[in-house]
Amino acid sequence: MKIFRKIVHTGLITEPLGYAEQEIEELGVRLSEMVLHRFRGSLAIRMVDAGSCNGCELEIHATNNPYYDLERFGAHFVASPRHADILLVTGPVTRNMEMALKMTYDATPDPKLVVAVGECAACGGEFGCSYASLGKVSNIIPVNIVVHGCPPNPTDIIRGILAAVETNTT
Amino acid sequence: MIFALSKFLATLLTEADIACKLLPGQPPTLYITIDQWLLTAKIAREAKLRLAALWATQENDGYCVHAAFARRGQGYALVQSSLDVNAVGFPSITSHYVAAVRMERIMHDMFGLVPTDNPDLRPWLKHEHWPSHTFALRKEFPATTELSRAEGRYPFIEAEGDGVYEIPVGPVHAGIIEPGHFRFLAVGEQILNLEERLGYVHKGIEKGMEGRDVFSAARLAARVSGDATVAHTWAFCQATEQAAGIEIPPRALTIRAVLCERERMANHIGDIGAICNDASWIFMHMQCQRLREELARIHRRIFGHRLLMDCVVPGGIKDDTNIDDVQLLRIQTRNIADEMLELYNTYEDHTPIRERVIDSGNIRATDAVDLGLLGYAGRSAEFDTDARRDAAYAPYDQYPPQVKVCRGGDVAARLWVRFQEIQESASLIDTMLRNLPDGPILTPWKMPQQTSCGFAAIESWRGEIVLWLRLSQDNLIDRCYIRDPSMINWLGLELAARKVPVPDFPLNNKSFNCSYSGHDL
Repeated sequence: MKIFRKIVHTGLITEPLGYAEQEIEELGVRLSEMVLHRFRGSLAIRMVDAGSCNGCELEIHATNNPYYDLERFGAHFVASPRHADILLVTGPVTRNMEMALKMTYDATPDPKLVVAVGECAACGGEFGCSYASLGKVSNIIPVNIVVHGCPPNPTDIIRGILAAVETNTT
Repeated sequence: MIFALSKFLATLLTEADIACKLLPGQPPTLYITIDQWLLTAKIAREAKLRLAALWATQENDGYCVHAAFARRGQGYALVQSSLDVNAVGFPSITSHYVAAVRMERIMHDMFGLVPTDNPDLRPWLKHEHWPSHTFALRKEFPATTELSRAEGRYPFIEAEGDGVYEIPVGPVHAGIIEPGHFRFLAVGEQILNLEERLGYVHKGIEKGMEGRDVFSAARLAARVSGDATVAHTWAFCQATEQAAGIEIPPRALTIRAVLCERERMANHIGDIGAICNDASWIFMHMQCQRLREELARIHRRIFGHRLLMDCVVPGGIKDDTNIDDVQLLRIQTRNIADEMLELYNTYEDHTPIRERVIDSGNIRATDAVDLGLLGYAGRSAEFDTDARRDAAYAPYDQYPPQVKVCRGGDVAARLWVRFQEIQESASLIDTMLRNLPDGPILTPWKMPQQTSCGFAAIESWRGEIVLWLRLSQDNLIDRCYIRDPSMINWLGLELAARKVPVPDFPLNNKSFNCSYSGHDL
């Protein structure tokens, strides 16, 4: 009963989705209209950390919290790239994750999209290119959307995911 | 920083006829010859000193090995020894300190030094596709070297017997989490053995530090482990400020501690929810996510960043707070702590979660001591360490925390300690804000007079971070060694996972919540 009372007392706190604060870049080739139309209302996301510091992961977790509630847009996280429509990639790609990232990308069935989240994924961030870090995600796999920020806040991340399947990004 | 242990260790060594001398300069460092390295470790172990860190440096004429020991009430003792000129062998101390095993493997990987009698010389951070003879931390190795891909194999521990099988998990994990590899040996549902393989997010941070000025290096330190950004930046700043001989204004020190305690609260709250989520209790996860979000929003509003990244800077802190902000912070901290107390009571009464966490992933108290387990992972198995109390760095010398310790060493114990620490952090934040000193928040930086070293220990929410660096007189980092608590605590998970059924592994992993990025650097 305590639990039920707490739930009722907390109430609904989900907010309308705000405007993006950080830059969201579109790269690469757009998929066909018909394909994009199919993704709306049901977008399966596989998250891959290719070398991040874990800051972006915290904000990605937050997209599922009651305030942001990513799932109301029909997007949800899946456990396997085989189930995914979109790969959400964070971090500069480390040398040690290069193969794993490529294999995850290859395992994702077509049609697929890639959203690079965070400065490191966008341009190598504070780590850049070195003997251990291969830099931005688009150095390794094709990227469709880039969400800047260190880390980007949950609104920007959601806007980035939606931008991958929307035709008009406002 | 307390270095009283140096004198104590020097006395023990002298009594054992080991020649040791105190090197001039900061921080106090005992110098011994390499043939006495193993015996020194034995003596330290017998005197119940904890091994805090083990690392190497390259000097003009060869290599040096360094160790940091700790003991409750006496702080830290640093020991240094030079290898013979052009030699790469040094005695392994794994026979006395288990936790040395991975630290020595890393010295092997990065410098090519060979710890003789180390039972495990498989490359650790250098995965099988690295070309051999790649010694990244040697001065002659350029940071931007492009390495080719080699062929290789990493031999995992194997088992034989009826019904034993291997489950490889990772590096890409099923959730929103960092990458790492777990190789389980299982019989039916029971885990027989867990072998970890990390290094997947090795970004070359220590190498990347070299040649940076302190302000740029602080930005890198902030990104060693994004969830512990305040603590890591503080550790870096504390060591750098020590090396440069700079005093930090009391107002800045107090605000640093407030930020660090808020970070502790935010991560404990988020993790408690996540652990419950791994046992299918979504209610708690959602409540904790809500509270974590509220903390992040105030951080953004008052300090400019949801995760408090880059708020701590060399010399002090970046932005000041006003009276209204302080009041807001105090009220919110109190409200969140009260809600967490309410949720704690709900958790205690909720049988389904208790059934999952009690007696799952037990660590014995003796194992906690042997490994030197840090943070709440150690404290929940009766191993009482806390750098805030033991190193007594400002402002904790004025506001010593009440350290929470309990018995059990299971997931329930680790949860209990974290629930308690949330309350203790809230209480500390309130006291520190009520007594916030006036004054500046930044001491202007001054270049060091000569090459100098610094050593810092900061209690992050995971446990003690240790950092040692050498700063050259042109204000550039010459060498920076970072020891995240995960370097030691990952070993605890391997023990805890034995006798756990495979489906309970995520619960256990989350109850430790070691950092992959902080470990791999």
